[in-house]
Amino acid sequence: MNSIQKNRLKDQAFKYWGICCTCMGLALLIIFIGDILIDGIQRIDWGFITSLPSRKPEKSGIYTALMGSIWILFFTTIIAFPIGVAAGIYLEEYGKKNKLAGILEINISNLAGVPSIIYGLLGLEVFVRIMNLGASVLAGSLTLSLLILPIVIVATRESIKAVPSSIKDASYALGASKWQTIWYQILPASSGGILTGVILALSRAVGETAPLIVVGALAYVPFAPESPMDEFSVLPIQIFNWISRPQHGFIENAAAAIIILLFITFMMNGIAVYFRNKWQSKWK
Amino acid sequence: MRKIKELVIEKSLLTSALITIAVTIGIILVLSIETFRFFSEVSIIDFFTDTQWTPLFTEKHFGILPLLSGTLLTSFIAIAFALPVGLSISIYLSEYAPKSFRKTIKPLLELLASVPTVVYGFFALVVVTPFLQGIFPNLSGFNSLSAGIVMGIMIIPYISSISEDALHAVPKELREAAFGMGATKLQTAFKVIVPAASSGIIVSIILAISRAIGETMIVAIAAGQQPRLTLDPTVPIETITAYIVQVSLGDVQHGSMEYRTIFAAGITLFVFTFLLNSLSYWIRKKYQEKYE
Repeated sequence: MNSIQKNRLKDQAFKYWGICCTCMGLALLIIFIGDILIDGIQRIDWGFITSLPSRKPEKSGIYTALMGSIWILFFTTIIAFPIGVAAGIYLEEYGKKNKLAGILEINISNLAGVPSIIYGLLGLEVFVRIMNLGASVLAGSLTLSLLILPIVIVATRESIKAVPSSIKDASYALGASKWQTIWYQILPASSGGILTGVILALSRAVGETAPLIVVGALAYVPFAPESPMDEFSVLPIQIFNWISRPQHGFIENAAAAIIILLFITFMMNGIAVYFRNKWQSKWK
Repeated sequence: MRKIKELVIEKSLLTSALITIAVTIGIILVLSIETFRFFSEVSIIDFFTDTQWTPLFTEKHFGILPLLSGTLLTSFIAIAFALPVGLSISIYLSEYAPKSFRKTIKPLLELLASVPTVVYGFFALVVVTPFLQGIFPNLSGFNSLSAGIVMGIMIIPYISSISEDALHAVPKELREAAFGMGATKLQTAFKVIVPAASSGIIVSIILAISRAIGETMIVAIAAGQQPRLTLDPTVPIETITAYIVQVSLGDVQHGSMEYRTIFAAGITLFVFTFLLNSLSYWIRKKYQEKYE
């Protein structure tokens, strides 16, 4: 075999190795979802969703955790959305050249890489202790808001950047002020991208466990929260709690709750992708 | 009037942006203050040299080494698994795969990164550990091997996606020149494209390491809660993050020694990830300048 043939053979070998690795990644995803479906699907019924947690696995449900997740999601959205979008607008439209903008940019990139559990420690000290909010829905939401802020800011900047400058120029030419241009032209034009980023960030927040455990969210709460100052649990913490119990019934419960959690995250991802595609096609 | 309105709006947008600076300062202050109090009772030399970490026992030792070794061991296993697989995927998708295949596969792989980590923890404990016990009978129920491998699966998309972007961004001319010289795709990929995209690939690896070091739920569920200084992947260990979770689940009094230990452990974690993130930011900036 001459060296050309050898090289061709190596080339083919790598190609199949590459296919192998790619398929392995996908196969793992499938095995993994399949296994959880087998373990948990028969456990899901209306009772499972509407029951309170209990010491007996077959009577336990996810009602309080699910409601907790919804409360957390609601408050995280109303806190992180305006702040993140405002900061993104500032960085992209106002502070592009000054030194402060440079510092802000390095800082945001670094914040995006801080482990989520560190945000938990920040929330524990600042929101729970110093601001005296206790282990409440509000303290948890504030913590998660800080966690997803960098994602929202980056998404906002990217979407604003993608708006053609001709739109901006046309608005200025008609005598609009900077803010009028942003509010009436740039924001509507970039809303699809911003929405995509916000939904992706929220889907991350729904799955977060560690920072909420550190903030003091409980594994067992007898009632669903009724105000932002109430104690709470969320789906991932309920899952974590069930995983750490020895009885087999709880493993089944954990798998069932995971199906619901995955359904929520994948659905949010799907909606985000839908908005992205719709928005991308707008400029073509 | 309009000018005043514009100015007010600009200042309030600026305030929102400044919140991010406040978050960083907040993190550093909170971690430092509690750690400072921690070191008023524990000697800093003990912290770095003691080989035991037992703050929750009656006989207390405060050596960070066992937690650090646990963290590094699980991260190492994760990277050892994810790096070859992730890089192969990125090279295959960028250099070999048909465009349509690449377009469908990439978002699917990225789905792996959007799965909540508590779900991966379940997967490690309930599926991977029993499977590995079939191969290695003396594997404990909690171990760093299965936690590390599952963490590796989680970070594959970080490596494959960012590296693929970097490979894809290499100018077409370089590829065509190599093909023109008679190189195969494999030779072109490894001798021309990968070196040209090396900074992007390095950034992806650093981000993956930083992600692995900070990962919490997988190790808290599947790796155990026994801090020990070992390189043995078959026994239970404890990582920095898992320790913080363990303490947080208990009823910890504010101002107690246990309360301070989680901040001392947290700052160690923060320093590591901060250095890695800064390094990747620096490489990324340098690389951008080189290409423009």
